[in-house]
Amino acid sequence: MGSLSGRSKVVSNKTMSFAEKIYLPAIIGGLGITISHFFKKNATIQYPEVKRPIAEIYRGKHVLKRDDQGRERCTACGLCALSCPAEAITMIAAERKEDELNLYREEKYASVYEINMLRCIFCGICEEACPKEAIFLTNEIVPSNLHRSDFIYGKDELVEPVDHPVDISHRQTPEVLRFKMDKNQIHNV
Amino acid sequence: MDGNYLLYKLILASVILLISLVVAMYSTLLERKVAGFMQDRLGPNRAGISGIFQPLADGLKLFFKEEFMPGTADKFLYILGPSLTMMIALLTSAVIPWGNSFVINGNEYSLQVADINVGVLYVFAILSIGVYGIMIGGWASNNKYALIGAVRAASQMISYELAMSMTIIAIVMMSGTLSLKDIVEQQHGMNWNIWYQPLGFLIFIVCAFAECNRSPFDLPECETELIGGYHTEYSSMKLGFYLFAEYINMFISSAMIATLFFGGYNFPFMDDLNLSHNALTIVGSLVFFTKILFFVFFFMWIRWTIPRFRYDQLMRLGWKTLLPLAIINILVTGFFIMIKHHL
Repeated sequence: MGSLSGRSKVVSNKTMSFAEKIYLPAIIGGLGITISHFFKKNATIQYPEVKRPIAEIYRGKHVLKRDDQGRERCTACGLCALSCPAEAITMIAAERKEDELNLYREEKYASVYEINMLRCIFCGICEEACPKEAIFLTNEIVPSNLHRSDFIYGKDELVEPVDHPVDISHRQTPEVLRFKMDKNQIHNV
Repeated sequence: MDGNYLLYKLILASVILLISLVVAMYSTLLERKVAGFMQDRLGPNRAGISGIFQPLADGLKLFFKEEFMPGTADKFLYILGPSLTMMIALLTSAVIPWGNSFVINGNEYSLQVADINVGVLYVFAILSIGVYGIMIGGWASNNKYALIGAVRAASQMISYELAMSMTIIAIVMMSGTLSLKDIVEQQHGMNWNIWYQPLGFLIFIVCAFAECNRSPFDLPECETELIGGYHTEYSSMKLGFYLFAEYINMFISSAMIATLFFGGYNFPFMDDLNLSHNALTIVGSLVFFTKILFFVFFFMWIRWTIPRFRYDQLMRLGWKTLLPLAIINILVTGFFIMIKHHL
């Protein structure tokens, strides 16, 4: 009786040759393969000591920038929190006092600024949304932690130190800046 | 037999015990390193320089693990199982000639704890008892996986013991003695048994893999089907004893292979070196340990190369291939011995 579908195939059930039957040539061949791997270069990267090279525009841990006078740039407008697709950012705004002129650039600032690193998907949209060039992603990797609560980063971890500014020039090239300032683009209207 | 002699034997026995324990301990590290390198990894390298303290850390971890015993287990047999396995694994090293002998002040001190004239028989007798440790442990656990693993181990070890003993008969026919010391003496220089018994060696090493429950014959403890086989219910140092005994068995098997087929402490051109008797003994022992370590490495090399056999394949190989081959080997050996006598 012929095949109904016409798709059936005859399986080849060929008998093994003597060399295949005694199995030894195959074993010796296998031993050769494993011993050749024994002397090959290892693929291991010894992580904490050696790090895999990552792109200069890698999107890692966030930084809240200061301006050239050391004042926080963030004005707590909430655009980053609004644009965040993972809803990882929250903040509480406060008004700048007379004696805080050297601390905050704008008259409104974020007294609390928190990013939940477990929610964050490191897409970088907060950076795109920020009108004050305040938040940037860096090529630093968020380290592991023992408690979920430790992944909520406050201002103490996010704001760059006054004496050690974080270099974000690779993420903020003049082209990027021009693109962000271009009012013809839909996102800046 | 004076006190001096007794003391010497006591020290020798302790040293050999210590050496087999340390070698087994570091075999676990070597195994993981070999596995790592063969898979293009590094293996453990965090505990000490290139992981030199890893076995200590592993042992310490096992000691601190919870000592668990299933509620329905047979308490006495449950503890007897690993103890028996460990004890039997260590017993065999008594008759293996680890080196020639030292001559100090005219007294000869042999590097063999007991040169009994039935050394080969003793080794195989002890090896046969080895299955009891596994069987008792698997039975006492009162767990189906442990029992299946134990039954597999028992039938596997009994099946392969047969072919293994048959190859030894060929060796014994050639050398005309059952003493391991005499067998080694006859392989002086490069006159190793492997040149006369290549088929016997092949059968013996395959059976040695099966006897040690090593891959590709590790069916009694295959993780994928039996969780852990006969030691599924064991934890803490009892499990450690089972795992450790496997490495000691590997070491002893390698020593037996080196003794029976690769000339023990003999090495080529040993008479041309013009060394004193004692120096030659030391070099010979080092050569012997090099041979053993090579075979330990070979055990691991095979493990990371060949996948596990199916159970029916294992039985077919043992009964239908290795046993007839071993019998043919005996016949061929007998034929050549007869020709030699009539020439």
